[in-house]
Amino acid sequence: MSVVVYIESQKGVVKKAGLEIASFGRAIADASQDSLVAVTFNLEDTSTLKLYGVDKVYNVNTEEDNFFNVERYANSIQNVVLKEAAKIILVSASADGRYLGPILAVKSKAAYFSNVVALPTSYDPLTVKRSCFTNKAFNESTTNEECSVISLCSNAYGLKEKQGLAEVVEASYETSSTSLKVVSVDKVTDKITIADADIVVSGGRGLKGPENWHLIEDLATVLGAATACSKPVSDMGWRPHSEHVGQTGKPVASNLYIAIGVSGAIQHLAGINSSKVKVVINNDPEAPFFKAADYGIVGDAFEVVPQLISKLKALKQ
Amino acid sequence: MNILVCISNVPDTTSKINFKDQNEAFDTNGVQFIINPNDEFGLTRAIWLQQKSGAKVTVVTIGDSSCEPILRKCLAIGADQAIRIDAHPLDGFFVASQLAALCKKETYDLIITGRESIDYNGAMVGGMLATMLSLPYVANCIQMDVEGTNVSLQREIDGGKETLISTFPIVLGAQKGLVEESDLIIPNMRGIMQARQKPLTVESAITLNQATSVKIFEKPPEKGPVKLVDSNDVDGLIELLQNEAKVL
Repeated sequence: MSVVVYIESQKGVVKKAGLEIASFGRAIADASQDSLVAVTFNLEDTSTLKLYGVDKVYNVNTEEDNFFNVERYANSIQNVVLKEAAKIILVSASADGRYLGPILAVKSKAAYFSNVVALPTSYDPLTVKRSCFTNKAFNESTTNEECSVISLCSNAYGLKEKQGLAEVVEASYETSSTSLKVVSVDKVTDKITIADADIVVSGGRGLKGPENWHLIEDLATVLGAATACSKPVSDMGWRPHSEHVGQTGKPVASNLYIAIGVSGAIQHLAGINSSKVKVVINNDPEAPFFKAADYGIVGDAFEVVPQLISKLKALKQ
Repeated sequence: MNILVCISNVPDTTSKINFKDQNEAFDTNGVQFIINPNDEFGLTRAIWLQQKSGAKVTVVTIGDSSCEPILRKCLAIGADQAIRIDAHPLDGFFVASQLAALCKKETYDLIITGRESIDYNGAMVGGMLATMLSLPYVANCIQMDVEGTNVSLQREIDGGKETLISTFPIVLGAQKGLVEESDLIIPNMRGIMQARQKPLTVESAITLNQATSVKIFEKPPEKGPVKLVDSNDVDGLIELLQNEAKVL
């Protein structure tokens, strides 16, 4: 038996979320004395996976198809699951992973657990801890199904190196009869995304206008962080919708979340409260964000943030 | 065109989340229930198709009679009819299976679910339902343009968006972008009065084995108070982030 993990890559290179899910998979494989089998698509160099405990890599070459074709991906992974008689299948909580997970679960007749935050507490029956109520609570869920698909929350486990064999096996890119076709992808490649970032710097209405966003961008640049914004900011068109984080926007689960001029409405906090460390800079000491934050400065963002940028710059040199 | 919008009855965002029966069940006492926000974006988009091309919009939920007020609200917003499948929604697989059984009895061209519910955040019902019905699924759907039997869609991905094309029937996971918050329809008195006359039928659930079950709930530990740093002491903040929080 083995544990099968779908590892995401971009332009032939494993994404950080892919290394995290490999690390998580290694620990599960060790606990259940299984081998860890990865399914990758168009991966150019599989040696990184060796450092994260992967025993075998089924690398699928999608040839002319450059897109994330969910049905064909699911069928290709399902093919490996059957070959390896896997009982546990792992996916990341990325946009693609969360798209794929439930489809793969139905195809594999598996139970599906999303939002898993830690290693299983039991393997017989399989029992996992999941976040729910938009991170306001957790639950412990269990199944009696033979096979399970687990989607791990971003940054919940971290990266853990361990030597593996990473024996490479060619795998087929399965077909699908779906009428659905991806025709184009429009993606920023020069900026770190909210999903991949360790640090997210977010701005709210307190910044007074889009012309002041250089403060957020400069701070993000010096920290190697992604930029985000609150809902009013995207609603007013100061920033694109893709930067809106919160309940109806993107979820954030970074190691460090810095909120500048964000009051901390409950819908905003719901989307970001699985970030590990939260910092708030706001001139209103009554802003609700101060109740949710770990560290805070009551002060004017236009004075505090430039200082922060120059001190961090000095520190980097 | 026949549209089915799947609605989840969820606690309002501002609700206090508490548990009862030795933390084995969610305590609904004093909780205000609303239409799941992602489902409401999808419903609004469906109503636009109804207004533009005369599509018929059916809403469905799975739950006991306490869910009927939100179905009436959907009817007041403009849905033509409502169905309540009479069962306690045990998990995402159970819900998807009930919806799949309904979709095998009736023919729908477009089935809309929300990206995720704001209670269990499973983000699984749409994908499961589509796969059970062998239909295409587009998650995190932020745009839909209908041209006859063809549909062009956009899916939000990490760091951008993806454009897809398909034919009907199709299943969508709706989210903000498909319509904006300012597009949401607030029922008027006429809508509310009409909703009382519109059909709300109750159907019995199919029986199936439960795939997953929740054993126990817990709340995260109480967070300590915020550590405040003086606005003139940016060094102090950096020092804390480096040496105490260890995130820099």
